[in-house]
Amino acid sequence: MSNCANSCQSCSASHDEKWKQQGFRIAAFDAVIALAGNPNTGKSTVFNRLTGLRQHTGNWPGKTIARADGAFEFRSTRYRLVDLPGTYSLLSASPDEEVARDFILFGRPDVTVIVADATALERNLNLALQILQITDKAVLALNLMDEALAHGIRVDDRGLSRDLGIPVVPMSARKNDGVATLVATIDAVRTETIACSPIKFHFPVAGLEKAVAELAGELLSLYPSLPQPRWIALRLLQGDSRIREALAAGDFELLSPPRPQSP
Amino acid sequence: MKLSPAKILEKAESLRWHLPQNADDRISESLYASAAELASRNTKKNGGTFRKTWQRSLDKILTGKLTGPLSMLAIFSAILWITIEGANVPSALLGDFLIGKICPLLRSAAAALSVSPWIAGICIDGIYLSTAWVISVMLPPMAIFFPLFTILEDFGYLPRVAFNLDRAFQKVGAHGKQALTMSMGLGCNAAGVIACRIIDSPRERLVAILTNNFSLCNGRWPTQILIATVFIGALVPPFLSGIAAAASVAAVACLGFGLTFASSWLLSRTLLKGESSTFSLELPPYRPPSILRTLYTSLIDRTLFVLWRAIVFAAPAGAVIWLSANVSIGDATLAAWAINALSPLAWLMGLTGVVLLAYIVAIPANEIIIPTVLMLTVQYAGLSGFGDGAGVMFETGDQNLRAILDAGGWTLLTGVCLMLFSLAHNPCSTTIYTIYKETGSWKWTAFATFFPLLIGFFLCVSVAFVWRLLV
Repeated sequence: MSNCANSCQSCSASHDEKWKQQGFRIAAFDAVIALAGNPNTGKSTVFNRLTGLRQHTGNWPGKTIARADGAFEFRSTRYRLVDLPGTYSLLSASPDEEVARDFILFGRPDVTVIVADATALERNLNLALQILQITDKAVLALNLMDEALAHGIRVDDRGLSRDLGIPVVPMSARKNDGVATLVATIDAVRTETIACSPIKFHFPVAGLEKAVAELAGELLSLYPSLPQPRWIALRLLQGDSRIREALAAGDFELLSPPRPQSP
Repeated sequence: MKLSPAKILEKAESLRWHLPQNADDRISESLYASAAELASRNTKKNGGTFRKTWQRSLDKILTGKLTGPLSMLAIFSAILWITIEGANVPSALLGDFLIGKICPLLRSAAAALSVSPWIAGICIDGIYLSTAWVISVMLPPMAIFFPLFTILEDFGYLPRVAFNLDRAFQKVGAHGKQALTMSMGLGCNAAGVIACRIIDSPRERLVAILTNNFSLCNGRWPTQILIATVFIGALVPPFLSGIAAAASVAAVACLGFGLTFASSWLLSRTLLKGESSTFSLELPPYRPPSILRTLYTSLIDRTLFVLWRAIVFAAPAGAVIWLSANVSIGDATLAAWAINALSPLAWLMGLTGVVLLAYIVAIPANEIIIPTVLMLTVQYAGLSGFGDGAGVMFETGDQNLRAILDAGGWTLLTGVCLMLFSLAHNPCSTTIYTIYKETGSWKWTAFATFFPLLIGFFLCVSVAFVWRLLV
């Protein structure tokens, strides 16, 4: 009998296993997790649940933009969790969006957790789709499910997962519902037990697809292991000054070798 | 063959030319469309109840084609009304205390210590009084306006304002978020200029910074209200005078919005050519604002910050005012010389030399305009029995005010032109300094200083010209 219980615990489908909150112990880690999402989606609540910290973040224009770091441990893997500024998009060049974008694109987190508000899925998916253009390994944390239920909204998380090509975890971080599943899913995505194949876009603009392909080809031949060449090509075509500067300054050279796992 | 980074950039530029002009907008649109499709495909709403919740209904009103702008006008009028009405009492209390109580104490202390009258004059009647005036006039409105504004911000209303005005701003080649910075400017132009940081594109941020001065600020509302009450309100029967005065101030404020749009349009067609950039503006859910945090942050971040800068600039101005009214060259004071020199230009603009001199002296802070005008008028017109003596700023009732201004040769035209010039003249030195800090360019700072002055000059000259033809 006890054997049976143990085997359930160790099965990857089980979400009873508890993660260990590690607070600020971020010096040594095995994997980096980025926490992204719109403002007001309970991102900080998820962060606090996972790390045991009490991060309070206020977001208003002009305020200094900072990143919060914390740690947790799961199945003896030490995770460093980076709470990115809440943004509505990654397309503009405001400082908060740059911090989020640069970290996901160039910081190369092992997994990006996109916290979404289930009561306002459309708005949240807009950012999620943009994030999926610049990273492959991601989990959608469908937060505020309790509030959605109260509003009479039901979200088909499996359908969403199929459409997005990444795992979707329905949860209510405030009530600690689904947080264990989120941790297990993060772990599974990191170890590639769950494979992600996020949807990529073909934009309905004449000539864009060809231009992106051409430019991405040039980028790849110069920097063979450049992450997300298509997205960088797209941003160059949109005249993104940050990306242009990074390219001109040769910053992409530094990005090309894979990121070392631990300092 | 590998291309160098520079070559790739060149290639990107040349490829970019072949893309349609609105490619950015269409990329955003297609992202939105996909997000909407994915969301609707995977969401079920029970009988569509959610769409009818109060948030949706509220959004229908606050962002409706007709109701949006109307409710915006109503909300901002209400805030301004609360600010103006609510600030009166604490302003008077602070004034009574700082000017009525502390000032005589300082004077008698100076007399007891037999400080030289010149030093006592500069320090007490100049520096102390101007600072006290700025605090009593500026602090209460800011302490009311900024928290109210922050509560609206917390509640989630401001993105709706930007949404309402986005189209208009895009039409004139500016950024939709300029609606927010323009509203901030209604409180204080220096704060409005700082708020321009929320605009991503440097071109559009510059447009927003350069045109922010056309939002009437806290320092100018009292001037507008006072002059409108004395001159416009007197034109109609007493029971209508309040409404007439309020309507004329609102008209001047709306003219300011018009000037903002017009000059943004002009700038993006001439000096700052370019298209409006897209920005994803989402309407976040309404949330109950956290009142205490709002009070704290708006008091610390905005009110005290802006007030401190105003004080720093007001103190030396006080000394200058006092000196100009007390130092004589030949047979007249410095103030008299300056007024005589400025008079021809002032006549052209429908103003008086006293007003122009007051605008020069009061560059540090707009709120000291009216007291400076009164003080200089009393001096120059040789009136006696008003105020406390040479170079001392004071406040008087409406009737006294009218009597002094009439003695100074004011007419209805002077009042109207003063209201116009108060709207369109150089920003206060706090704002000028802030513009320099934000743009880091003397060139743009100079432009921001002289451009509104030029507009105000032409506005006043044309009004005065037409007025004199017709009246």
